[in-house]
Amino acid sequence: MKRFSGLNLLAQAFDGHRGWPEHWPDKAPKAAYDVIIIGAGGHGLGAAYYLATKYGISNVAVIEKGWLGGGNAGRNTTIIRSNYLYDESAHLYDHAVKLWDGLSQELNYNVMYSKRGVLMLAHNVHDVQSFKRHIHANRLNGVDNEWLTPDQCKAYCPPLDIAANARHPVLGGALQRRGGTARHDSVAWGYARGAVARGVDIIQNCAVTGIRRGPDGAVLGVETERGFIGATKIGVSAAGSTSLVMKMAGLDFPLESYPLQALVSEPVKPIFPCVVMSNTVHAYISQSDKGELVIGAGTDQYVSYSQRGALHIIEHTLAAICEIFPIFTRMRMLRTWGGIVDVTPDRSPILAKTPVPGLYVNCGWGTGGFKATPGAADLLAHTIAHDAPHAINAPFNLDRFRNGRLIDEAAAAAVAH
Amino acid sequence: MILIHCPYCEQDRPEIEFTYGGQAHIARPHDPAALTDREWETYLYIRANPRGLHAERWRHIHGCARFFNAVRDTVTDRFTVTYKTGEARPDGGVA
Repeated sequence: MKRFSGLNLLAQAFDGHRGWPEHWPDKAPKAAYDVIIIGAGGHGLGAAYYLATKYGISNVAVIEKGWLGGGNAGRNTTIIRSNYLYDESAHLYDHAVKLWDGLSQELNYNVMYSKRGVLMLAHNVHDVQSFKRHIHANRLNGVDNEWLTPDQCKAYCPPLDIAANARHPVLGGALQRRGGTARHDSVAWGYARGAVARGVDIIQNCAVTGIRRGPDGAVLGVETERGFIGATKIGVSAAGSTSLVMKMAGLDFPLESYPLQALVSEPVKPIFPCVVMSNTVHAYISQSDKGELVIGAGTDQYVSYSQRGALHIIEHTLAAICEIFPIFTRMRMLRTWGGIVDVTPDRSPILAKTPVPGLYVNCGWGTGGFKATPGAADLLAHTIAHDAPHAINAPFNLDRFRNGRLIDEAAAAAVAH
Repeated sequence: MILIHCPYCEQDRPEIEFTYGGQAHIARPHDPAALTDREWETYLYIRANPRGLHAERWRHIHGCARFFNAVRDTVTDRFTVTYKTGEARPDGGVA
């Protein structure tokens, strides 16, 4: 890996930038690895990176049925925050936010983490009470979150309409200043480049078709479109396809996969200084560094693997955006797309060992997995390396659906999050 | 937008008239007190989530308001059949 630095950039400039090596050369799979990660999104590539850097396990393959970062890593709205209600969730997501800090330096790759603040709008009395409860719970957990009056919201985000007779009146907002956005592709690329530099193989366009297990039930490796690849430890980080992979190992999972849509507008000059989320009317919006308004819509109501959603979901979101930000009523939308998100019954992830020896899983991030990328990757690597969960991800096990110790962020937020 | 055939109204109507009711043919336990934790988990939380044909409940909430069942391909979102509550899955598939 040739490091990016001012000096290297200058040196390469004299040679027309032809001297940069490939970030992740195409590799034919070896017969066996110490660890196989299924899914080359940010979570999976990051897990391979941390296995190599923190635990010295670099004989690792990341296997991907499509292309690197082409699933939900490339389909999200890049929002980062950690203002979750329950202690377990606050610790989990804040672990990720702490890793976002300094990630560009660690990877020597600009992930463009921008702490522009995430403002969650309250439109009714229930929102006000719920958000204030979140703020107090967050402060007890050392997570920054503060209450803004409507005027303070307007000062923080000038395009906002706070008129008392608005269709969706703004009664205040909860602001997490450390929250913000990052460049989603860069996260996958940066982890991939860092992992490959330490000996990890990334094998794209190679769908896993089966998981081979020995007489004792432990994993022996994966069957793929390019033949059998051996490994005694397999980490699954396959988002919407996780339950399909788990069925290959004989496990039924408490997951359902839904389409989640997002869209971007034509690019305009800087107008929108932060991230605004309105759970009640279901509108999430920020502005990318390219100038596009990045808008998150809701999930479709039915299980699907189609990677596209219905137009009325987008219409609903844009109707809310136009009411809250009348300035945007004449913006034109350029692109819409959908990703398939795996949703658990309590809307909290599963990051754990499975009943199959040697099989580990990182799934169930639902509609909010991007923000957790570095944290989930780090904790999956820890769980695989130690064959035991870290204290932070120990509560996010599979047993909770049997013993009832749910981490019910679904009830806490009352909406998808 | 998906068009859905309501087997009671016998009409193809747009999806916004309907609400989704999750996986179909999940029987409530006859004797809940006798269930083990594992059986409760399966009943409450474990779902088929197939890539392909899926039997599911829909409700024509802005029409006749009745529940019915449907078989839909989760890759194409195309419905193969809708049928009334209480009827067996017509294509003989499971989950």
